[in-house]
Amino acid sequence: MLVDWLSLGSIYALLAVGFVIIFKSTQVLNFAHGALAALGAFLVASMATILQIPGRWMGSAPVWLKWTSSALVALAAAALIGLILERLFIRPMLGEGLFSVAIVTLGLDIVIRTVSNDFMGTNPRPLGFPGGTASLDLGWVVIPWNVVVSVIVTLVAVVLIATFFLSRTGVAMRATAFDQEAARAQGINVGRIFSLAWAIGSVMAAVAGIFLSVFPRRSTGVDTATAFLAFAAFPAIILGGLDSIVGAVVGGYAIGLAQAAVTEFLSNNPSFAFLGSGFGGVVPYVLMLLVLLIKPYGLFGTEEIRRV
Amino acid sequence: MRGRPLLVTNYADDQAMLKSTTQTVMAGLFLLFLVCIPLFAPGAIGGGESRIPGPTFLAGADWLKLLSELGIFAMAALGLNILSGLAGQVSLGHAFFMGLGAYTAAVLGSGPGALWGVGLPIWVWLPMAGLIPAAVGIVISPTAVRVRGLYLAIVTLGLVFIGEYVWRNLDFITGGSQSGRNFPALQVRLWREEEALLDLEASGTWLGFLNLSGEGKFYLFILALTVLFVIVAKNIQRSRVGRAFQAIRDRDVAAEIMGVDEFRYKTLAFAISSFYAGVAGALLAVEVGRTIPEQWDLLLSVEIIAIVLIGGAGSISGVLMGSAFVVLLPRLVQDFGNLLQQSAASGGVLATIFDPILSTGPGDFGVVNLSPGVAPGLGILQLNTLIYGLLIIAFLIFEPLGLYGVWVRIRNYWKGWPFTY
Repeated sequence: MLVDWLSLGSIYALLAVGFVIIFKSTQVLNFAHGALAALGAFLVASMATILQIPGRWMGSAPVWLKWTSSALVALAAAALIGLILERLFIRPMLGEGLFSVAIVTLGLDIVIRTVSNDFMGTNPRPLGFPGGTASLDLGWVVIPWNVVVSVIVTLVAVVLIATFFLSRTGVAMRATAFDQEAARAQGINVGRIFSLAWAIGSVMAAVAGIFLSVFPRRSTGVDTATAFLAFAAFPAIILGGLDSIVGAVVGGYAIGLAQAAVTEFLSNNPSFAFLGSGFGGVVPYVLMLLVLLIKPYGLFGTEEIRRV
Repeated sequence: MRGRPLLVTNYADDQAMLKSTTQTVMAGLFLLFLVCIPLFAPGAIGGGESRIPGPTFLAGADWLKLLSELGIFAMAALGLNILSGLAGQVSLGHAFFMGLGAYTAAVLGSGPGALWGVGLPIWVWLPMAGLIPAAVGIVISPTAVRVRGLYLAIVTLGLVFIGEYVWRNLDFITGGSQSGRNFPALQVRLWREEEALLDLEASGTWLGFLNLSGEGKFYLFILALTVLFVIVAKNIQRSRVGRAFQAIRDRDVAAEIMGVDEFRYKTLAFAISSFYAGVAGALLAVEVGRTIPEQWDLLLSVEIIAIVLIGGAGSISGVLMGSAFVVLLPRLVQDFGNLLQQSAASGGVLATIFDPILSTGPGDFGVVNLSPGVAPGLGILQLNTLIYGLLIIAFLIFEPLGLYGVWVRIRNYWKGWPFTY
């Protein structure tokens, strides 16, 4: 259960962090995040196992080095895709209402999903993650290495991003989110901030997509359902509050814990079989509804001050 | 003509459902055309081959089904339009309420069998298919009213996923993912055992001289219901309730200060929109005949959102245009695909033009693929989905007012013609 918790939690946290970056700096609610995650994972699968870029030119380099460089190439491609999408579809919406932009990303989600599913086909594409089944034995618990890696990656990413928001560019991002016009008047290049946020956001989505496709539970690889699995990160985002990095991480691990615990509990207690199959999958949403009943802006979200 | 056209001098004129004589006449003629569609078929009137002259293909079974579907989607979208277009509450959960309406209808309307069914007549199950979702809408609206804006969008997204899980597991009602279930037939009877007074699915003769197919009757029934729903929606829009909705949409704090009870009206908006969704869901299920739980998914919600956005949020004629666009689009794409295939097969100039678009076998990288599984490229179904997505984006970027906005611009251009203003 610990393993399940950590792996699910890391995935949700990573997805949520990437999402929050885009929201925090551009106020865009990105429904296409799940599709971007699946697309990123598929890019890694293509680079690492199908096209073997740049592995085919690396000769007898160790497998992990080949795989990592492929992953880096794929992440660069994901960043490029994020830039292009932002430039084509989000930039024209600059200054429009929040809902219109959110619905644009919903349309974007459909477009990305249709196109990438078509390339993927019906069979799962393996990612060729090296060191697949090796585990870290702590004596009292055995954790697969890829879970350990995912937790480390999550924490490193969060620290990096939290520091980034304190830097000059990060402050500019927050200013842009607060008021695009005022930020522009202060000499901030709002367009560039949008590009940057989308590039970082889609890289984060791709990283989350990798882990989404390699965990022991779903070791088969990336397939057409991956984008839908990523939707389960939305409760994590809401739970933590739309605009809080810390909230995203806490929300991610909390949702992961709840889902892992409930799934574990149900598999041990046949008397609860009346709940039917797939109850674990809806736990995040139920939890989200409950939390929102009590705290409408999530646990760490900024409350909207309603003033006359 | 007296005075300036469309000059409004009193409040009643401003609030009128049809604003001018021209509008009334045009709407009447259009409605007459719609009613006559099933009578375009040869032999529709009297004993011989006589019929009302008009495009015969519209009276074919496939087109009548398509037009019925159009009406059903229009009803669903009218509901979402009240919630999102008038009251300004974005909801991705419309598919959930449609599913709820469908299964309410199934349980109440179908006869007892392997799955739950009570076998009540249509005048019970059709209203209940709206009322039960409306009640559920009221029950969950406290959560929905408390959360604002973008949070609401995600909460309603959660509703769709929870709903899909519930439908999958209530297999004694829904039949489960494997088999799905059948839905009651559209037959009007007084109570369970009676002979059907009116069978809307079998062909027959009405008034002694109108020979109608089952599809034709179904179409007329849907048409009547759609017109009713349009009138109700229009009346909601131009009444006190509708103005309260619009006040909340434009600025909720200001609306509350003016004395609009925000909680009450948001709940009401949810209830009305769920009622529309439920009835539309039940009729959609009846029309399709057999549905599986996975049908009520996010894509259905997005389709309804697409109708509202493409048509123009907040406008009823926009919703009607939008549903015509979205429902007829797959058919047009299909026809376009067939055209491509024919021209590719026949050779000639068209084939050369279309060949880069078309993917006919492995190794041929065209965009459109007409033989799924064999060649790369998008199948017709995927092409449809892709076009929905792109259209939503394109309309939001280029014409936020939707088809209604396009229509207004065309109208204004001709109103001032040959002057530009």
